[in-house]
Amino acid sequence: MSGATSSAPSSVVGGVVNADPDVLIEVRGLCVDYGLGDDAVHAVVEADLELRRGEVLGLAGESGSGKSTLAYAITRLLRSPGVITAGSARFAGSVNLLSAGQRELRGLRWNEIAVVLQSSMNALNPVLSIGTQFSDVLRAHRPGMSRADRQARSAELLEMVGIPADRLSSYPHELSGGMRQRVMIATALALDPSVVIMDEPTTALDVVTQREILEELMALRNRLGFAVLFISHDLSLLAEIADSIAVMYAGRLVERAGASAIFRAPRHPYSLGLLSSFPALHGPRRAMEGIPGSPPDLRNMPSGCPFHPRCGYALDRCRSDPPPLLELDAGARAAACWLQDGRVAVPAELARPAAAPPAAVPPAAVPPAAVPPAAVPPAAAAPEAEPTGGRS
Amino acid sequence: MRRLLRSPKIVVGLCLSVVFGLLAIIGPLLAPYSPNTSVSTTNGTPLPPSAAHLLGTTQVQQDVLSQLLVGGRSTILVSLVAGLAATVLAVLFGVTAGYFGSWADDGLSMLANIFLVLPALPLLIVIFGFMGKGTNPNDVVIGVIIAITGWAFGARQLRAQTLSMRARDFVDSAKVIGEKSWRIMTFEILPNLIPVVATAFLFTVIYGVGTYTALSFLGVISTSHWSWGTMLYWAQSAQAAQQVHLEWWWFVPPGLAVGLFGTGLALLNFGIDEFVNPRLRGGGTSGISGRRARRAGLPRRPQLGLTPVLDPARRAS
Amino acid sequence: MRMMSRRITLYILTAIVAITVNFFIPRLMPGNPALAVLGRVQAQESKQAIAALELQYGVQTKTGLWGQYMQYWSHLLHGNLGTSLNSYPASVGSLIRDALPWTIGLVGVATVISFVLGTLLGVAAAWRRGTWLDGLLPAMAFFQAAPYFFVAILAVALFSTKLGWFPPNSGYDTTTVNPGFNGPFLSSVLDHAMLPAVTIVLASIAGWIIGMRNMMITTMDEDYVLLGAAKGLPSHRVVSYAARNALLPSVAGFSLAIGFIVSGALLTEIVFSYPGVGYLLFTAIGSDDYPLLQGIFLIITLAVLLANLAADFVYAFLDPRTRQEA
Repeated sequence: MSGATSSAPSSVVGGVVNADPDVLIEVRGLCVDYGLGDDAVHAVVEADLELRRGEVLGLAGESGSGKSTLAYAITRLLRSPGVITAGSARFAGSVNLLSAGQRELRGLRWNEIAVVLQSSMNALNPVLSIGTQFSDVLRAHRPGMSRADRQARSAELLEMVGIPADRLSSYPHELSGGMRQRVMIATALALDPSVVIMDEPTTALDVVTQREILEELMALRNRLGFAVLFISHDLSLLAEIADSIAVMYAGRLVERAGASAIFRAPRHPYSLGLLSSFPALHGPRRAMEGIPGSPPDLRNMPSGCPFHPRCGYALDRCRSDPPPLLELDAGARAAACWLQDGRVAVPAELARPAAAPPAAVPPAAVPPAAVPPAAVPPAAAAPEAEPTGGRS
Repeated sequence: MRRLLRSPKIVVGLCLSVVFGLLAIIGPLLAPYSPNTSVSTTNGTPLPPSAAHLLGTTQVQQDVLSQLLVGGRSTILVSLVAGLAATVLAVLFGVTAGYFGSWADDGLSMLANIFLVLPALPLLIVIFGFMGKGTNPNDVVIGVIIAITGWAFGARQLRAQTLSMRARDFVDSAKVIGEKSWRIMTFEILPNLIPVVATAFLFTVIYGVGTYTALSFLGVISTSHWSWGTMLYWAQSAQAAQQVHLEWWWFVPPGLAVGLFGTGLALLNFGIDEFVNPRLRGGGTSGISGRRARRAGLPRRPQLGLTPVLDPARRAS
Repeated sequence: MRMMSRRITLYILTAIVAITVNFFIPRLMPGNPALAVLGRVQAQESKQAIAALELQYGVQTKTGLWGQYMQYWSHLLHGNLGTSLNSYPASVGSLIRDALPWTIGLVGVATVISFVLGTLLGVAAAWRRGTWLDGLLPAMAFFQAAPYFFVAILAVALFSTKLGWFPPNSGYDTTTVNPGFNGPFLSSVLDHAMLPAVTIVLASIAGWIIGMRNMMITTMDEDYVLLGAAKGLPSHRVVSYAARNALLPSVAGFSLAIGFIVSGALLTEIVFSYPGVGYLLFTAIGSDDYPLLQGIFLIITLAVLLANLAADFVYAFLDPRTRQEA
């Protein structure tokens, strides 16, 4: 199956993707449906994503926005009746994730791409000890390791997340929620992957444990240098730990920018609405406004822009033409909103100056040195900058 | 409701059950002879099916078809009575135990567990054995006695379901309003338990058929009381299956009848199970019918960890 | 282990109930049936034998009900199950002791085969949905509904009478072979055990297959199975993640099933005149041998309780969550 679609990245030469060595996961125009035929539900529509080495990319959105679906689809772990109907997804520029066979995927899985699931109680096999669940992975991917080596590595992994090694013989139900989640993280790092996908890893925990785990996670990331695709509905959380954030709504990517840029100066009305829903701990008291209405039923999507029924700034155009992802600030960020196409005046709330440079630079401690994204024209969305109003 | 009828399992199960239900009612009226009448006293060999005897005769020249039809009513009646009585007991004990909890639950659960573990058939053999073959208990009594050994399974299911319901909001609000306990159990909780009750009922009827047939086969229940099990008792005594010229018409019809009756009920049970738990429905990619998958070029069987990708050439427009 | 102590309490209580029921039933029936039998036996037996029987059934005795109940218990604890009426003067205990090994051998082996095979087929049916294995289910439903002894009769008719592959009855060939640890005897035993064993397996396997399949389907939806695939583990390991968990309800249900299987096996023995406890039971019914009847009931109950206990141990071993010293 050919992975190339009509919206080719700008660095394509002669149809062959010129791999930017920093881009680990590249997604173009991905469409994922549940079911087939007329009553198929479009869970993800035309998603573009880039995850660079060592970067923390936050994927934000309400439940039902398609963020988990997108992540699982990329790794081919989406359960039935999910089907990928269009688009491409590549790993390290060379591996076509969508056409890879079972063996190729198995080689990649956990070695390069690891997953941390949401509910650790359900994600750990209740009848196997923690140690067995570690050694499973080691045995499958490192056949040369001896039993002693596996034991040693397992103990090392546990200590890395602050759990004493004698817990290797415990069973999942004997551990607290926080410890279980730490075990999940340790398991994910067992083979030193370059990408870790985290699906709402702290949502099921209390706030204090949440903070602890996130701090440990970031420390590990600084130490080991893996990239993180962090899925969460908590935008304020992402603003703290992510380098860049992508916001999804009703299966579409509606805004993509550096974390602080989105937080201080959102460009899409939905992002603005999300941010106004969280009270700030500091600063003047302000009235909280939620977003009126509720997310659309994916089987019964509104015409044009999916957000327009709830949008306070909706134009006539929004009702009929779905906006593509428009590039802003010389490609440093993007937003799928007609307000940003230069034809109308942008409301003040959506035109705040970003106090930090347009795109966040990944922390210096991460090897190899990442090129600030501002210098490289982002591969995504270049042709879609033209407000053609149609899907490619 | 209509969705229920779309499942082939339910349709077949329903048909079989209805057929047997009718048999129980009108069967004996259709019998050409009395099951006890010996057509001739000179011949000592069972005769194969013929025009006069559609299912042949037994060793003492009794008409097999008549025995089947008359015995059918007894067999089906006993099983239905057993199922009904057991389900009533199960609802009473199960819902009460689940609703009240604490010592009522502990006591009733222990009782149910005892009855579950106690081997039913040997116990029934002792009971009926001591009742004596001289007494000829009627079908309803037999059914009730069998029910005493068969209520525990349904009670356990109902107790579990009631426990999970008790924690739900609508029960709490009923309590706050001040509704009496028995009203809450009957009008709030019970309607939600209908699928479990239905399953328990069907299961116990199947159990009743098997047990009653076994008891008759053993000869513990008076052998002059016609049922499918009794037919098999006589067939086995005459070693019908061990004869060189297999007397299949004697033992196949009653056994087949029991099997089909049970299968009909079991299929109904499967159907209800699938209706309640949609994950069990059908084979193949849940949510994507096999046909659609094949037309789109996707593998029919979903494989975990290998999300299907549509070939762009076949993408549905 | 709290779970195990509760189960053991249950079994002890059940045993007590069974023994008490056994004691009371003859006394509850209208016109103490034992009387009728005693009348029949009067002529043949010695005064002491008759006195013993009268005591057992509470006929013409001066001890009150409670006293009789205590005596009954004391007899049992000494291993005295009474004397057979039909095979007088053989004791009930000795008759059962002769028949028991045959039944245990047959039921034990057949049940294990049925469970293992049924579970494996159930796993296969669930992992490979949408294949021919799904068509097995209605056929299985029929076998589950048909009574054991009917399957047995069919088996005899087909494999013995028609095809002549296996002998139609007995435990071994009494005419040509001598019992003992010798080759001809053992092979004869095997030959004769084949059809009864096949019957038991056929009649009971459906339950395991369907139960395991349904449980696997539910388990495969769990997150830890998805994680197993995400970890890049080989297929068989991912299947085992699901199967190890799906197995638990089957083992738990084993306790329920063992009662049915034992009953079914007893009936099967009758069809084959297999010299086990089932056949003994049949003759006891036919000859109104009440002491033997009651003795068999007690022994069967005890055997079922022990099997349940064994199954509970296996369950505790398989599911670490039960080992919590809460």
